[in-house]
Amino acid sequence: MATQVFKIPESLREDVKYSFCPGCDHGVAVRLVAEVLDELELREKSVLVASIGCSVTLYDFLNVDSIEAPHGRALAEATGVKRACPDKFVFTYQGDGDFASIGLAESLHAALRGENVSAICINNTTYGMTGGQLGPTTLLGQVTTTSPTGRNLEYYGYPIKIAEHVALCDGTAYSARVSLDSVANIRKAKQAIKKAFEVQLQGLGFGFVEILSTCPTNWKMTPSQAHDRVRDEMMKIFVPGVYKDVTTDGTTHKMR
Amino acid sequence: MSRIVIDSEKCKACYLCINECPKKLIKIGNTANSLGNRVVEFDDPNNECLGCAMCAARCPDLAITEVYKG
Repeated sequence: MATQVFKIPESLREDVKYSFCPGCDHGVAVRLVAEVLDELELREKSVLVASIGCSVTLYDFLNVDSIEAPHGRALAEATGVKRACPDKFVFTYQGDGDFASIGLAESLHAALRGENVSAICINNTTYGMTGGQLGPTTLLGQVTTTSPTGRNLEYYGYPIKIAEHVALCDGTAYSARVSLDSVANIRKAKQAIKKAFEVQLQGLGFGFVEILSTCPTNWKMTPSQAHDRVRDEMMKIFVPGVYKDVTTDGTTHKMR
Repeated sequence: MSRIVIDSEKCKACYLCINECPKKLIKIGNTANSLGNRVVEFDDPNNECLGCAMCAARCPDLAITEVYKG
């Protein structure tokens, strides 16, 4: 008798069809969030704050109560929802342009205030939805539509390392960076998302996961080449690891 | 007998699952779905599938909807 080892998570809408480009890791990240919501039985008490970017239609995919935030303000809205309804489970799902460029003030101050919410940030080193412009996490030398000769240090400066910045905030309970380049790393990513959700349930503070993802369309690569780029280029700069976890090391910053 | 179920209407032909399968049982098929994508097929004549679900974990579009092991 064969046992079922994989099924579509119940927290996803029935017959869901993603609007993402072929090979985009967003779909994997959304599925992992849905699987964790299933495992922690949070679907009925969750409020999702969707952001602007490729994640803008997330309420079409996840079967949870959702509100849409203006660009970058997802964590400001999440703060309001959580303070008004502390019994709800509140999480945001944002891209790197939303979290770390337009919404950097809202995001880092939510972490500094120790808001008891969870945030997922997809880092694909570009502004995916608007056509591949230079974003805050674009790697040095990376060619985008607004840096056609590559990101130049003198002109554009350095990319931001989001998980490290969030880990430095005293209100943060959990900050990790994970990758989706291989199945082994996908499984680690799920554990990190689960941990970030659990710290909210325990009332410990801000839970954050940065997910290294691909954008094959704007990187002008095949999905498989895009994963090689994540492994060979992105993971050297944006090193995966747990940057802060108050459940294991008190309030000190444990790097990696 | 382990097996997977593919919803070909969801397949966007990224072919990431083909590299992931340890037994190389997923192949590019000869049919297209309503989106015009040349979708993948599961071809396991010798019952080699392990039911490891790595293809389903990798698929970004939930086109591999069920995996059975045993």
